[in-house]
Amino acid sequence: MEKSQEKKILGMNQHDFSLFMKRYGIVFVMIGMFVILSVSSTKFLKMNNILNVLSTVALNGILAMGMVFVITAGGIDLSIGSLLALASTTIGIVLQATGNIPLSCIVAVAVCTFFGLLNGLLVAKFNMFPFVVTLASQLVIRGLGYVISGGYSFALANPKFSQIGLGKLFGVIPYPILILLGIAVISYLLLHWTKFGRYIYAVGGNINAATASGVNVFWTRVGSFVISGLFAGVAGIIMTARINAAQPNIGIGYETDAIAACVIGGTSFAGGISTIPGTMVGIIIIGLIYNGMNLIGISSYWQTISKGLLIIGAVMLDSFINKKR
Amino acid sequence: MNEQENFQQDPQEYILECRGVSKFFGGTHALEDVDFHVNKGQVHALVGENGAGKSTLMKIIIGLYKQDKGEVFFEGKPYTVNGPAEAIKAGISMIHQELNPEPYLSVAESIFLKREDTIGKSFLLNKKETNRKAAELLKQFNFDIDPKVLMEELTLAQSQMIEIIKAVSCNARLVIMDEPTSSLDSEETDRLFRTIRNLKEHGVTIIYISHRMEEIFEICDSYSVFRDGHFVGTGKVSEVTTNKLISMMVGRKFDNIFPKEEVEIGDVAFRVEGLSGKGFQDISFEVRHGEILGLSGLVGSGRSETMRAIFGMDPLTNGKIYLDEKEISIKNPREAISKGIAMINEDRKNYGLCLFRSLRENISLPNLESRQPGLLIDQTREKKECLDASTKLRVKTASIEADAFSLSGGNQQKIVLSKWIMAEPRVLIMDEPTRGIDVGAKAEIHALMCKFASEGMAIILVSSELPEVMGMSDRILIYHEGKLNGEVSRKEILDGTANQETILAKEFGGK
Repeated sequence: MEKSQEKKILGMNQHDFSLFMKRYGIVFVMIGMFVILSVSSTKFLKMNNILNVLSTVALNGILAMGMVFVITAGGIDLSIGSLLALASTTIGIVLQATGNIPLSCIVAVAVCTFFGLLNGLLVAKFNMFPFVVTLASQLVIRGLGYVISGGYSFALANPKFSQIGLGKLFGVIPYPILILLGIAVISYLLLHWTKFGRYIYAVGGNINAATASGVNVFWTRVGSFVISGLFAGVAGIIMTARINAAQPNIGIGYETDAIAACVIGGTSFAGGISTIPGTMVGIIIIGLIYNGMNLIGISSYWQTISKGLLIIGAVMLDSFINKKR
Repeated sequence: MNEQENFQQDPQEYILECRGVSKFFGGTHALEDVDFHVNKGQVHALVGENGAGKSTLMKIIIGLYKQDKGEVFFEGKPYTVNGPAEAIKAGISMIHQELNPEPYLSVAESIFLKREDTIGKSFLLNKKETNRKAAELLKQFNFDIDPKVLMEELTLAQSQMIEIIKAVSCNARLVIMDEPTSSLDSEETDRLFRTIRNLKEHGVTIIYISHRMEEIFEICDSYSVFRDGHFVGTGKVSEVTTNKLISMMVGRKFDNIFPKEEVEIGDVAFRVEGLSGKGFQDISFEVRHGEILGLSGLVGSGRSETMRAIFGMDPLTNGKIYLDEKEISIKNPREAISKGIAMINEDRKNYGLCLFRSLRENISLPNLESRQPGLLIDQTREKKECLDASTKLRVKTASIEADAFSLSGGNQQKIVLSKWIMAEPRVLIMDEPTRGIDVGAKAEIHALMCKFASEGMAIILVSSELPEVMGMSDRILIYHEGKLNGEVSRKEILDGTANQETILAKEFGGK
C-alpha cells in the first residue's frame, strides 16, 4: 500500500478532507444551531425543553429510520403518512373490540408491514417507479383508514394505552424517546452490520454491479419497503397513544419531514449513500428548527419555509461535494 | 507503401483530409499522426481491427472529440466543430450503428427535429408544412411510408433510412455510416446499397465502416486501413483482395511479452453444449482445470453475450452447461457464484463496482454469503480478508476504506479481480480484463492469471486485443457473427502455423 502526496487541509489530504466534511459537516450545523439557541433563549438548555425536543422528534425519527432504508436502496416511500392513519384506526378498532393493548399494537404493525411489503413487491416485481407506486398506495391506504373507521375519529379513553405516548421511564424519560433509540440501534445494526444492509447499499449504489455480484436485488428492494412500513406502524402506535384517539386523518405530510431528515443527514437521493448517525442528526436538526423558532417566537409559517430552504441547502451541498469527486 | 503510389490523386478532389491528426487518452495513443483523405463522390471503406482508431477518428470528425494534434480540412477549408450539431451544419452527418430515434416523434417530426416549421414567425408549429416537406423527401427516396407514423413503429432498417434522409435533407455532403448493415437482413441490405448508390449519383460522399468484407467489395470504391492508431494505407477496392486487406490490418506487434506459464492441464472443468441466446447461436466448448481458453472475435460477434448468458445475466434460449461434468442450470449471477463461477464484466463502471462505496465493501460484496455465516458481519474478519486480497493483488491505495471512485482504472480493475479471487472460483470468466488500464497493471494482471491457472482454476479470457489472447491462451476459439468459426492452439501459435493473420481472417468469416 502506498500513500500518494496531495495538498493538505487541516492536516488531512484533500480527499480525506472532503470525506470528513461530507460525513461530519452536518454535525457542525447541528452544533451551531445548538450554540445559537442556547445564547438566544434561556429556556433552551433546560432539561425539560431538551426532553420536549426529543419526544417531538421521536415520531418523525422513527419514520425517518424506515425512510433511510428505502432511499438508500434507490427508492422513496410516500405512503408512511397514510400508514400512520391506518395504524391509528386499526388500533382503535382492535382495542375497542378486545381491549387487548399488545394485540392491537401487533395487528397495527402487521397491517403496516403488509402494505410496506405490497409497495416493495410492486416496485421490485413490476419494476415500477417507487414514487408513483407509493403516491398511489398512499391514497389506497388512507382510504382504507376512512373505510374501516367509517370516516370518524373516536376517543380511545384508555389511559393505560396512552402511556405509550405520554408516559415516562422513572418519571423522567418519555417512552417515545426510548422507542426511537431502540429503533435507531436496530437500524444501525441492520444497515451497517448485516449482509442485508450491505446489499441495500450495493443495490442503491449500482444496481447492475449488485446483480452481477450475486446480490438478491429483488428481496433487498422489497425488504427496504417492509422496514419502512414496519417502522411506520410503530410510529403509528405512538401517535395514536399520544392523542389517545383513533383518527383516520392524521399523518398528512409526515413523509416530507422524514425525507427531509434523511436528506439533511447526508442521504443521497441517487441511492447508496447514507448513515444512521447522520440521519439521527438530520432528525434532531429538524426538531431544533421547530423548537428553536418557537422559543424565539418565530411563527410556524417561517418554520416550514426554513425547513424547505434547509433541504435545498443540504441537497446542494451533496451535489457540490459529489461533483468535486 | 506501393498501394499509395498507385493511388495518387489530385488534392483538389479531396472532400475530407486529415493531416497529422493525433489523439491521446491518458498515456495511450488512440491515433498517431494520421494522414487520411477521402475523394469526393466516392464510397470509401474504413477498415481495421477493434481499437484500430476508426471510431476515434470519426468522433473527431463529427466533433465529439478534439484532436490533440493535426488539422482537418473539409471541402478544402480548415474544419473545426464542437459537437455533431455543428458538424451537420458544416455538411457532415454520421449514421451510428446504434440508432437512438425519439420513439414518440413522427417520421416527419424526426426528420425536421430542430428545424421545425412555424406558422409565420410565431412559436406555433406548422405541422402541415412539415408533413408536406417530409412526404416530398420520402418520395424522392422511393420510401413508401406515411410521414405521420411514429418512429417507434418503424423497423431498424426503416429508422436507419430516416436517419439517412434526415442527413441528406440537412444538405450533408459527407455521410459516415458505422456498420450500417450489422442488424439488417439481406433484403434490407440491398435496399441500403441502392440508397447509397443513389446518394453517390447525387454527389454525396460516404465513409463506410464495416467488418464485412463482401460488402466492402460490393459497394465501396476506395478503402483506407487503420491499425493500432496508425493509418496504414489506402487504395482502390478494385485493386485489392480480402487477404491483402487483412494482412494490412494485422500488425500490432506480437512479441510474446506475455508471462504465460505452461501448467499441467487437468480434467474438463466447464463445458457448454449448443448454447444459443441473443447474439450467439450453437456455441459449444470446454475448458479444463489449469487451462486459459481465449475467445477472440470482433466486437459484437457474440463473445461477451455468451459469457453474460453463462453467468446468468441474460437468458439462454437453448443449450446445456456442465460443471465438472455435472449438468447445472444458472438462472442468475447468484446461482453462478454459488456454483463456483465468477465473471469480470467488460463494463467495469456499470457492472464491476459501486464507485461510491469503500473498497472493503466492494471486495466483500459477492463473498458475504459464503464467508459471513453469522447474523452480523464480522468486520474484523472482513477487513482482514479484504486487506489480504487487495495486498495480494498489489492494489495501490491509502486504505481499503477509500471509495472505489478514488482509484485509477488499473487499481479499480484489481479491486474487481480481488472480489472474485476471494470467492475462490473454479471457473473465472474474464471479459476484457485489461481494457483501459496501464501497461504495468496489465502485466500484473497477466501474471496473476497464470498464477490462478497454476492453482487449477479454469479461465476463460475474452479480449479484443489479439496479441493478448494469443499470448495468454492455451487455446483460442474464434467467433464470427454469433457462431464459432475455428480454433487455434497455443502450439500452432508458437510454431507459427497460426498467426494474427489467420485468426483475423477467421474473425472476418474466412476459414
